[in-house]
Amino acid sequence: MYDIVVIGAGPGGLSAAARCAELEVSHALLESSPKIANTIQKYQKGKHVMAEPGILPLRSPVDFAAGKREEILDAWETGIAHHKVNIQYGAEAKSITGEVGNFSIGLVNGEVVQAKHIILGIGMQGNPRQLGVPGDQSDFIQYQLDDPDEYHDENIAVIGAGDAAIENAIALAKHNNVYIVNRKDEFARAKEGNLNLILAAIDSEEIGAFYSSSPTEVEILEGEKFRGNLVLSTNVGIEKLPVHRVIGRLGAIPPRGLVESFGIEFPSKDMSAIPALTSQYESNVTGIYVIGALGGYPLIKQAMNQGYEVVEYILGHDVKPADHGLIEDKFKALPYDNMEVDDVLTMMQERIPIFSSVNALLFRELILDSTVHVFNEGDVVFERDDYTNSFYTVLEGGIKTVITEDLIISSAVGAFTGEGSLLSGRRRSATVLAGDQCILIETPRRTMLKLIASIESVKRVLDETFIVRQIQTKFAPNTDIKELEPIASKAVINSYTPGQVIMKEGDEGDTFHLIRSGSVTVSNEVNGKELIRTYLPAGADIGEMALLGDTTRSATIKATVKTETVSIDKEAFEMLLSRSPGLREELQEKTKKRYQENVKLQGDDDSDGLLSFLMDQGLGEATSALMIDEDLCVGCDLCEQACAATHDGTSRMNRRAGPTHAHIHVPTSCRHCESPHCMKDCPPNAIQRMGGGGEVVIGDNCIGCGNCKQNCPYGVIEMAYQTKATSSFWQWMLFGIGLAPGKGEVLSHGAPNEIKKAVKCDLCIEQNHGPACVRACPTGAAMRLNPVDFAKLA
Amino acid sequence: MSTSFVSHQGGRYFWVSLAFMVLCIIIYAWHDPVQSPNGGTWYGYTLGTIGALMILWLLYLGKRKRNFANGWGTTKGWVSAHVYLGSSLLVIATLHTGFQFGWNIHTVAYALMCLVIFSGFFGVYAYVVYPSARNKVKKSRTRDDIFEQIQGIDQQLKKLVSDLPEEIGAMVNSAIDRTEFGGGFLDQLLGRDKSKVMIDGIIVNNNNQDVVVENLVQKLTLARGQETKDLASLVKEYGARQKLLGVIRTDIRLSAIQEIWLSFHVPISFGLIAALAAHIASVFIYW
Ligand SMILES: Cc1cc2nc3c(=O)[nH]c(=O)nc-3n(C[C@H](O)[C@H](O)[C@H](O)COP(=O)(O)OP(=O)(O)OC[C@H]3O[C@@H](n4cnc5c(N)ncnc54)[C@H](O)[C@@H]3O)c2cc1C
Ligand code: HEM
Ligand code: SF4
Ligand code: SF4
Repeated sequence: MYDIVVIGAGPGGLSAAARCAELEVSHALLESSPKIANTIQKYQKGKHVMAEPGILPLRSPVDFAAGKREEILDAWETGIAHHKVNIQYGAEAKSITGEVGNFSIGLVNGEVVQAKHIILGIGMQGNPRQLGVPGDQSDFIQYQLDDPDEYHDENIAVIGAGDAAIENAIALAKHNNVYIVNRKDEFARAKEGNLNLILAAIDSEEIGAFYSSSPTEVEILEGEKFRGNLVLSTNVGIEKLPVHRVIGRLGAIPPRGLVESFGIEFPSKDMSAIPALTSQYESNVTGIYVIGALGGYPLIKQAMNQGYEVVEYILGHDVKPADHGLIEDKFKALPYDNMEVDDVLTMMQERIPIFSSVNALLFRELILDSTVHVFNEGDVVFERDDYTNSFYTVLEGGIKTVITEDLIISSAVGAFTGEGSLLSGRRRSATVLAGDQCILIETPRRTMLKLIASIESVKRVLDETFIVRQIQTKFAPNTDIKELEPIASKAVINSYTPGQVIMKEGDEGDTFHLIRSGSVTVSNEVNGKELIRTYLPAGADIGEMALLGDTTRSATIKATVKTETVSIDKEAFEMLLSRSPGLREELQEKTKKRYQENVKLQGDDDSDGLLSFLMDQGLGEATSALMIDEDLCVGCDLCEQACAATHDGTSRMNRRAGPTHAHIHVPTSCRHCESPHCMKDCPPNAIQRMGGGGEVVIGDNCIGCGNCKQNCPYGVIEMAYQTKATSSFWQWMLFGIGLAPGKGEVLSHGAPNEIKKAVKCDLCIEQNHGPACVRACPTGAAMRLNPVDFAKLA
Repeated sequence: MSTSFVSHQGGRYFWVSLAFMVLCIIIYAWHDPVQSPNGGTWYGYTLGTIGALMILWLLYLGKRKRNFANGWGTTKGWVSAHVYLGSSLLVIATLHTGFQFGWNIHTVAYALMCLVIFSGFFGVYAYVVYPSARNKVKKSRTRDDIFEQIQGIDQQLKKLVSDLPEEIGAMVNSAIDRTEFGGGFLDQLLGRDKSKVMIDGIIVNNNNQDVVVENLVQKLTLARGQETKDLASLVKEYGARQKLLGVIRTDIRLSAIQEIWLSFHVPISFGLIAALAAHIASVFIYW
């Protein structure tokens, strides 16, 4: 029986086990893979690992500083050897039973380990899905490929049909005989680029393909040319493929199911939810502690600090968390000199109801991510039509929300604002001014989204507020919020997938929708063909004609991207009408206008399907999309040169790539999405949405993990070394030497402290006068448009 | 939505230029020099100075369009101004000469200027007409898209010939290997096709792939049984390839025409500067 068993030898687990060893606590460190820190082992060779956040001190018995992956792994190996950490490799935990003081941990290999306390540091990567057939434990079967050039002249079967499988197969095919085994009859899950590569390779017979085939067994051959036979069940029967190596790329099993089977609860069904933890990292199961990425801390240094702290907590020592100093600094400017940091945190949670149900640990992290502002009376917190999307809560004093000149709403301590842009991705719908003695907490979007995903009550409060405020600003500016609440409580939030029909032309219906996020197209069926009439962004309302008596839908409304609406039925609407004199007339006026517009629109239908095409490209969620009018483009390449020249010599757009329809070409370039997918999973929170133009910008603190590249559905992010523009116009013009304008050189290719960072279009935010590509186009072919303007393209 | 440089800002520079020209003509008609009008009168000097400065400014476009970080106007606006104000030079410089031409450096400078301007006119025509013509020919595909399609067909062809007699395979493979694009500028401009094919060990011209198509069709007419089927699909694929190659060649030709004028416009501009300098120098030295 060990005092402490640490599961997972990632940075968090290593640090915890080393602290146990240092304090001579009886312990064991269980690691499922054959080496330490599997997640870091999987980084590309030679990757420069960053030690973000820079201001956070490291507290761990093992060393960690920014440096090469290999150096860091070496330092950790040395560290645990030096401290004599009791580590067991190949020890994958699969069950936990018992209770604090007497846990039994069941391993996949059948062993059982006993522990008084457990620290879970298994990260978020999950374990690779195994083949699950007899013989799949043989040593020539692997689930990871570090260096494809390591293997030569082998027969290799790659199993899987996703991007990882395709990339491995193609890399291996250079020197080996490669077969790809696909359970389905096509590569449906792969990115377009990979799809083209694999199909071409299969076509030219560089790679053999087995479609609709799955492995049923691996036969081991002793002392023969091949190491085994991969037995496949195919459409035409059983086939035996002699192999030297099998590489399974079947994806990873997310750790959530396993963690739940240990009895640990997640506060919501959302897959990005984080288990509820105390400020001492203890889960709802007494005696099981969760640290690192699994606990919601996505950076190495944080994980290592927590490893140290959690051991101290288990031993009953009272240590301040390593980030204590950081929070102290944040609170310096506040008038709470005589209060302890923890007391200020508690007070904040008491004063601000929306945060009251957040567990202490999560709240602490939220404050670490947030900024606390002290405002003077009348200061602008944010301005109407700004594109910022952070969330503000009132800690002291109050704020004034200026909806219209005569409608100013005051809110006091505990109130929040900014939820509209946070949830919809749209511009701010009102200006907010600071009141007297005002202190506000500003929380970034990513942190808020994580909170919403984790805590049901936060989501509910935000949703309800969003609805009631939306109804107020749209229909009843002069009615008190309190009076609108019963109506709002009848409203429903609906989500739609891209292409899903929200209402259909000719159907009967009496609900009315406000588009909360995403966007829709309005179309009619003409001669059996769908003709898109127009595009409506978030904030627009649809179906209001139904409420005024015309219950037959006059058009089909379809979501262009993932879309959410708030719907109100007739009954609730009647309540609203009775409370809001003049509303009926106002809506009738609006309906009349819409009818008139419809008549006008009859002529300009989208007969060449341009709008449909643009929507199919996902441009419905763009705020600024680059397009090239092929009828005007002379192919001079000035746009790309301009992009490169203004971005250190590397262009962030690809003029030639991308689809074309009629005369409109959509090059590969960031569209600055309303709710950017790329921001979702960035460990250092390096991607920001800027105020004025809604530019989505990647900051210098990027650690080069590549998550954003993976998450962007439009393939616009590149991972690249830093370059420098080194061309000279006069030299090039007069003497023909040097690089042409707009060309740059890679500064230092792979120098030790260089990393490939994420780069993409930033709308030339640093130039201050709009995107250089558009400004450089001599003919007017290049343009950047918001979807609202797409109709004018036709 | 997308407005070209021609209609930039509702043709602002067209109107500016027009007003300017009319004004110059009116003054010309109104002013009454002692001698016959020429470059030496006060008005002649004024027009000459304006003209020379304008030429320098027009030349500056070559630099301005590469000042990518410059916030002063857009390149489109500059081109629009370049085109319309540049055209007004025709009037200004002509008035400046007072219609006195001769076999001298002054008239050479004038002639070069006219050449630059007329090449500019063709440039505007080319920029307006050719891009959409090319997009139409390519049916809204990029050149890369079409090359990709051709590569796909090539693979297909290589597979199809594997079931056919060797000589057909040899011919088709050599036709693929010896397909040529581009070439020199003149070849592009004239749309010359230098593709070759080796048939029975002899390399022959394969302009527009005609030789191969003919040869294949010939074989198809004589074929029997399974071979007919195989050859028919080969001919079909080859026909598609021929068509796509034609599209690329047309595109290359049109783009060459679209570009060619710049190879006159810019060098003659430099010549013009030299002649202009000589013209000004000689005026001051010999006057
Ligand atoms: C490509 C990439 C680049 C990154 N770059 C940086 C960077 O430069 N700087 C930075 O600070 N962060 C970076 N990160 C984030 C960083 O890797 C993680 O925050 C960190 O690894 C989290 O540590 P952890 O200890 O919580 O979990 P992990 O590092 O994921 O470790 C979990 C360990 O547990 C083991 N395990 C899993 N399940 C079991 C089980 N059932 N039984 C036993 N063992 C198990 C795993 O094999 C693994 O070794 C990057 C992430 C990625 C994906
Ligand atoms: C004396 C008069 C002129 C001079 C010296 C001149 C000079 C130039 C120069 C130096 C360029 C830049 C080429 C490059 O760097 O690619 C240019 C481009 C151009 N000029 Fe002129 N020009 C003159 C008159 C005109 C006129 C009258 C027209 C049209 C009516 C015209 C139309 C154009 C066009 C369309 C371009 C191409 C713009 C682009 O692609 O960026 N020019 N000219
Ligand atoms: S990088 Fe991709 S996901 Fe992010 S804003 Fe740009 S297009 Fe959208
Ligand atoms: S690569 Fe992308 S997700 Fe990763 S740190 Fe950089 S910006 Fe963030």
